[in-house]
Amino acid sequence: MKPLELYIHIPFCKKKCNYCDFLSAPADRRERAAYVESLCQKIRSFRELAEAYCVATIFVGGGTPSILSVWQMGQIFRAVKETFWLEDSAEITIEVNPGTVNADKLTAYKGMGINRLSIGLQSTDDRELAALGRIHTYGQFLETYSMARAAGFQNINIDLMSAIPHQTRESYEKTLRRTAGLAPEHISAYSLIIEEGTPFYEKYREGKNASDLPDEDTERRMYEDTRRILKEYGYHRYEISNYAKEGFECRHNLGYWERAEYLGIGTGAASLIENRRFTEGEEPDILSREEQMSEYMFLGLRKIKGVSKSRFREEFGSSMEKIYGNVLEDMKKKGLMEEEGDYVRLTERGIDISNYVMSEFL
Amino acid sequence: MAGTDQSKIRNFCIIAHIDHGKSTLADRIIEMTGLLTSREMQSQVLDNMELERERGITIKAQAVRIVYKARDGEEYIFNLIDTPGHVDFNYEVSRSLAACDGAILVVDAAQGVEAQTLANVYLALDHDLDVMPVINKIDLPGAEPERVIEEIEDIIGIEAADAPRISAKTGINIEEVLEQVVEKIPAPGGDAGATLQALIFDSIYDSYKGVIVFCRIKEGTVKKGTPILMMATGARAEVVEVGYFGAGQFIPCEELSAGMVGYITASLKNVKDTRVGDTITNAQEPCTQPLPGYKKVNPMVYCGMYPADGAKYPDLRDALEKLQLNDASLQFEPETSIALGFGYRCGFLGLLHLEIIQERLEREYNLDLVTTAPGVIYKVYKTNGEVIELTNPSNLPDPSEIEYMEEPIVKAEIMVTSEFIGAIMDLCQERRGIYEGMEYIEETRAVLRYRLPLNEIIYDFFDALKSRSRGYASFDYEIAGYEQSELVKLDILINKEEVDALSFIVHAGTAYERGRKMCEKLKEEIPRQLFEIPIQAAIGSKIIARETVKAMRKDVLAKCYGGDITRKKKLLEKQKEGKKRMRQVGNVEIPQKAFMSVLKLDDK
Repeated sequence: MKPLELYIHIPFCKKKCNYCDFLSAPADRRERAAYVESLCQKIRSFRELAEAYCVATIFVGGGTPSILSVWQMGQIFRAVKETFWLEDSAEITIEVNPGTVNADKLTAYKGMGINRLSIGLQSTDDRELAALGRIHTYGQFLETYSMARAAGFQNINIDLMSAIPHQTRESYEKTLRRTAGLAPEHISAYSLIIEEGTPFYEKYREGKNASDLPDEDTERRMYEDTRRILKEYGYHRYEISNYAKEGFECRHNLGYWERAEYLGIGTGAASLIENRRFTEGEEPDILSREEQMSEYMFLGLRKIKGVSKSRFREEFGSSMEKIYGNVLEDMKKKGLMEEEGDYVRLTERGIDISNYVMSEFL
Repeated sequence: MAGTDQSKIRNFCIIAHIDHGKSTLADRIIEMTGLLTSREMQSQVLDNMELERERGITIKAQAVRIVYKARDGEEYIFNLIDTPGHVDFNYEVSRSLAACDGAILVVDAAQGVEAQTLANVYLALDHDLDVMPVINKIDLPGAEPERVIEEIEDIIGIEAADAPRISAKTGINIEEVLEQVVEKIPAPGGDAGATLQALIFDSIYDSYKGVIVFCRIKEGTVKKGTPILMMATGARAEVVEVGYFGAGQFIPCEELSAGMVGYITASLKNVKDTRVGDTITNAQEPCTQPLPGYKKVNPMVYCGMYPADGAKYPDLRDALEKLQLNDASLQFEPETSIALGFGYRCGFLGLLHLEIIQERLEREYNLDLVTTAPGVIYKVYKTNGEVIELTNPSNLPDPSEIEYMEEPIVKAEIMVTSEFIGAIMDLCQERRGIYEGMEYIEETRAVLRYRLPLNEIIYDFFDALKSRSRGYASFDYEIAGYEQSELVKLDILINKEEVDALSFIVHAGTAYERGRKMCEKLKEEIPRQLFEIPIQAAIGSKIIARETVKAMRKDVLAKCYGGDITRKKKLLEKQKEGKKRMRQVGNVEIPQKAFMSVLKLDDK
C-alpha cells in the first residue's frame, strides 16, 4: 500500500484576521453542522481510492478547526477511520487558536488519536496581535499552551509571523525568545504578505501607511535573527520557514515538498494523486514528465538539505545534470545554489531570493 | 459593366468624430443592400485587418461597391470609401476624399458636434464634397437629435433639418440614409471618351495578382490591355484586369469609365510604383496635367527594431520586406547595436504607424521585438563641410567635428474651443513652440498657429493635446523645413556601461530634465537584480543624473497552505515570464519595454 497524506479543511473562524486570504469565514452553528455533515460524506466517498493507500499523516487545517464542537470533530475522525487505513505511527495534527479550546476539548482530541497540535500565536506582543486582528492575547495563548501540555500533547507547533505592523527587531526577538523558551517541538516562522482582498491590502497598498511596517532591510534581518536565535534553543531549520527539534520535523509539511501523494478534502482543498493536481470542484491538472521534474526541483528546494540527485534519477530515469545542468551551473556561479554530496540546495542568498531561483526550474 | 449610367453612381465616404458610429453605419449600409447577410458579416466589414478592428481605427483605405434599389424604382451603384482615421495618415485621408463626390457626416445624437467632426467637415469641404449629415444613436437615453441638428446648422453651417435620425446599431432608419445618398450626393462627372485620368487612392500587394491599385476614374476609360503610365513615378505597365470591390473580394469587369471607382492590376511588382495620389493615364496618349494634390510621403519618425532572439534576424528582414510590399511609406535598413545586436533602422509616417508595424510584426509574423526610442531625422553639419542626415543617435559624430545641427520643424494648426486656448498655449510653450498667430473661426472656436520642432510632437503631443482640452482640440501639421538648434546626445549608462540603444537626441535646454526623468523611469522599469545597479544619464563625459536600482529583495516566506502548489506555481510562472521579456546587456537584464522609456517621460 502506498503512503497518503490527508488534509482536511475547516473553512470557519471566529473572526477573519486582517491579513488572512485563506478560504475561511465566520459562520453560524447551522452552517457549520451542514458543512461537517457533507464533509463526512465526502470523506466516505473516497472509499475506493482509499483501498490502495495507507494514511501516514493527517492535518486538519483552516480557518480555525478548533471552533468545531468535540462531537463534530469526532464525526470527522470516525468517517476518516471508517474509510482509510491509518499507519500506527501516523502524524495527526490539528490547528487550534488560543481562546477556542479548553481542557476537555484537548483531552477529547487526544482520545481521537490526534497527536500533534499547531497553535497560531504569531506574536507575543499584544499590540501587534491587535493590529493583526487576532482574537487572542499572549496571556490567553499561554493558558492554551499549558492546557495542551497538561492534556499530554508532546508534539506542539507554534506559528509565528515576522514583518507585521508595529514590529521591531527587538520585539520580534522577544517573541522568538519567549516562544522558544516554552520549548515547543516545532516552530513555523512566516513573514507577513499583504494579499489582495484582505483589509491589510486596502490599508497598505501602494506604500500607504508604510511607516507601520518594518522596512525591507529590517525584514531581512528578522529572517536572519529567526535562524540564529532559534538555533540557540536547539531548533534547526529544515525548510525555508520551519524549525524543529531533532526528530520533530513536520512529516505532513515535508510531504508537500517531496511530492508525496496527498488528498485534500473540504472546500478549496488541493490534492496530488497519481501526478494529477486537483482542487475540489475543478478540472484536474495532469502533470507531464517535465512538470513533474520541475516540481521536484522547485518544491524540493524549500527543504534546507535540498534535492537528492540519486532520487531524481530513480524517479525520472535521467540525471539532474542532464536536465538542469545549465541552470544549476548558472545558479552556482551566481552563488545561489550549492552542492553537497548527493544533494543540491539553496545557499543563504539563494534562500533570500528563492522565487528567483525556483522559477529557473519552470 | 460597360455603359453604366453615370447618373446612377454615387461615390461617397463616411466621416465622423471617433466613436460616433462611422464603422457601424458602414456595416449597416452593406447589410441593408444585401451584399452580405448579417450572419456572414463579421462586424465592421470595411476594417478588415485584425489590428484595425481591435484598435477601432482604419489604417488603409477600403472601398466597397453596393447596389441599391431606390424608391424611385431605379438601381444605383454606391461606392463607399472608408478613410484612415489618424493624423499620421492625413495625406491618405485627403486622397481618399478626393476620390469621392460626397460625404455622410455622422454625428452622435448625445455628444453633438465635436472637434474631429469639424476637422473632418472642413477637410471634406476642402475637397469640394457635398456633406450630408446623419444623426446617429437616437436610441440612446441621452439622445437630443433636435439640439444636435441646431448645433450642426449653427456651428458647421450646413442644412440639417431633414438629416436622417438613425440608430446604426439597431438599424433604425438606415433606408432613409440610402435614399438621401441618392438625392443629395451628386452623381460623378467626367467624360468616358476623354483621355484617361485616374486617381490612385490606395494600393495593396497580392501574391497572385501583384499590385492591386485602388482608383477613381476621373476622365476616360480603362480596360484590359490599356497601356498605362503612373505620372509621378513614371512606372509603365499594361492593364491585366479591371474590376470593382465586392465585400471582401475583387470582382473583375469589362472596363472602368469616368465616374467609377474600382481596381486595376497590371503585373506591377511593387507598391512603390503606385503611390497614393498619383495619376494614372494612358501611356500612348497621356493627359497634359496630372490630377492635383500628389505628394511623395516620406518617413518622419525613425527607430531601431531588433529581434529579441538574435537568430530571428533574417525572419525580421523577410517580414519587413513583406510589409513593405503593401506599405510604400515603410522604410528600413540594417544597423547594429552593441546592446541589441543586429537589427533594422526603420522609418515611419508617425508614431501610430510605427506602433502598427511593430504590432503586425509581433502578431502576424510572430516576432518578439525590441524597439528603441523613436526619433526624427537631424541634419548634422560637420566642420569639414560634410552634411549627415542622422536617423540613429549612435551615429552622431564627436562634438568636436560638429559645426552645428538642424532639426525638422512643423507648422501646426490646432483647432480648439476658446476655454482651452490657455492650456494649449502652455503646452506648445513647453514643447518649444513658436506662436505664429490665432484666428477665431467663430465665437467660441479658434485656430492656433505654431511652429513646433517635430521631435517635440512625435511622442505624446497628440495625447497631451487631447487631455488638456478634454478631447476638444484637433491638430494638423505639415513639415516646414529644417532649423538650426542647440541639440545634444543624451547617453544612458547602466551599471557604468553605455547602452547605445538608449541614447537619444534632445534639446540642450531640456537635457537635464529629460536625463533625470529617464533615469527615474528606467529605475521603475528595470527590476531588481542580484546586485545593485547604477543608472546614469550623461552628456559626453559629464554625468547629469543618477539613480540606483537596489539589489533584489528577499522573497516573502509564504505559507504554502494545504498543498496549494498551483498558487505557488503561478507566482513562479509570473516571475519566469518577466525574465523572458528581458534583454541581457552586460551583466544586467533590461526589460524590452525599457528601450521605449523615453516615450513615457511625460506620463503623469
